[in-house]
Amino acid sequence: MIAHHMVLAGSAASNTEVVTWWVLAIVAVGAALGMILTRRSVHCAILLAVVMLILAGMYAMQGAPFLAFVQVIVYTGAVLMLFLFVMMIVGITASDSLIETIRGQRLWAALAGIALLVLLALVIGHATIGAAAPSGARNSGSNVQGLAKLVFTTYVFPFEVTSALLITAALGAMVLAHRERTSPRPTQRMLSRRRVASGRPTPLPGPGTYARHNAVDMPALLPDGTQSRLSVSGLLTGEPPAELPGNGRSAIASETLEADRVPGPQDEEER
Amino acid sequence: MISPANYIALSVILFVIGGVGVLVRRNALVVFMCVELMLNAVNLAFIGFARLHGDLNGQVIAFFVMVVAAAEVVVGLAILTSIFRARKSASVDDANLLKY
Repeated sequence: MIAHHMVLAGSAASNTEVVTWWVLAIVAVGAALGMILTRRSVHCAILLAVVMLILAGMYAMQGAPFLAFVQVIVYTGAVLMLFLFVMMIVGITASDSLIETIRGQRLWAALAGIALLVLLALVIGHATIGAAAPSGARNSGSNVQGLAKLVFTTYVFPFEVTSALLITAALGAMVLAHRERTSPRPTQRMLSRRRVASGRPTPLPGPGTYARHNAVDMPALLPDGTQSRLSVSGLLTGEPPAELPGNGRSAIASETLEADRVPGPQDEEER
Repeated sequence: MISPANYIALSVILFVIGGVGVLVRRNALVVFMCVELMLNAVNLAFIGFARLHGDLNGQVIAFFVMVVAAAEVVVGLAILTSIFRARKSASVDDANLLKY
């Protein structure tokens, strides 16, 4: 009787696992397909986050809880945030053009993808992939202890090399992202003079004032009920910043924009 | 229990989708993201094989793949920002100075 109940409970649990797996797998494949089909890079990043979280769940289902957490922390936490930061620099509205520079590129890419899929499916189909080994040998202690034992004994040399790789990558990123300041740093006196001369010494209106909610993309409402374009950053709306009388906003923002300006003629001469 | 073969099949599908994305997309950021998708798919296969063989070596390899991928993303995005700063574009079609 008890054994019967246990079998029932076991099959129910495995049924739940099967259903969960199929739902997760279908969502993951759909999100991955959406990734290569959406034009906005932000949507792409969000869909990639979906795929990565689902993969973390699948690692946990396969008896790899440590890697599941590392996946969430490193990929969804760090790598995707890095992607989103760079997206803010490159322009949040950046989207792919639909013009093919190489003729028939999409068609050939799709054909190559199908060919690769067929190839891999044949290889996997010919291999005999048995059932999973019992988990006792795998996680005799705990998963983390087993991994630590391997990393610090068998794989200790690759592990040390990894530290060199990480230091090199950090240094390389700093060198690549570094930029020498070519103009002298404006003093506070210069900044305040420029601000008064700009015709708008006050700060720009904040977003969401008197509007339905105070999200950063919600324009503030003026007393007559119209929307204030100045209250929303042009980065979010995708339109050039509103011009003030006396070129106010661009003068205020010039301090930050100056750094990102296209290399001028003097840079060209240097080349 | 879900058979490891299912995980391997899912990994293959995600890998192929990532590969097609690398071939099709023009925005360098999106190309990078598709590369990340391929790396993740391979990690799933590694962990599936680790479960298949009942030892932890595959999980350690997946861990190293994650570390290397993180380093790769850092350097790649730094290159991307410096290219964007110089050329005002993140499209892979515009960086063609080495072509001729």
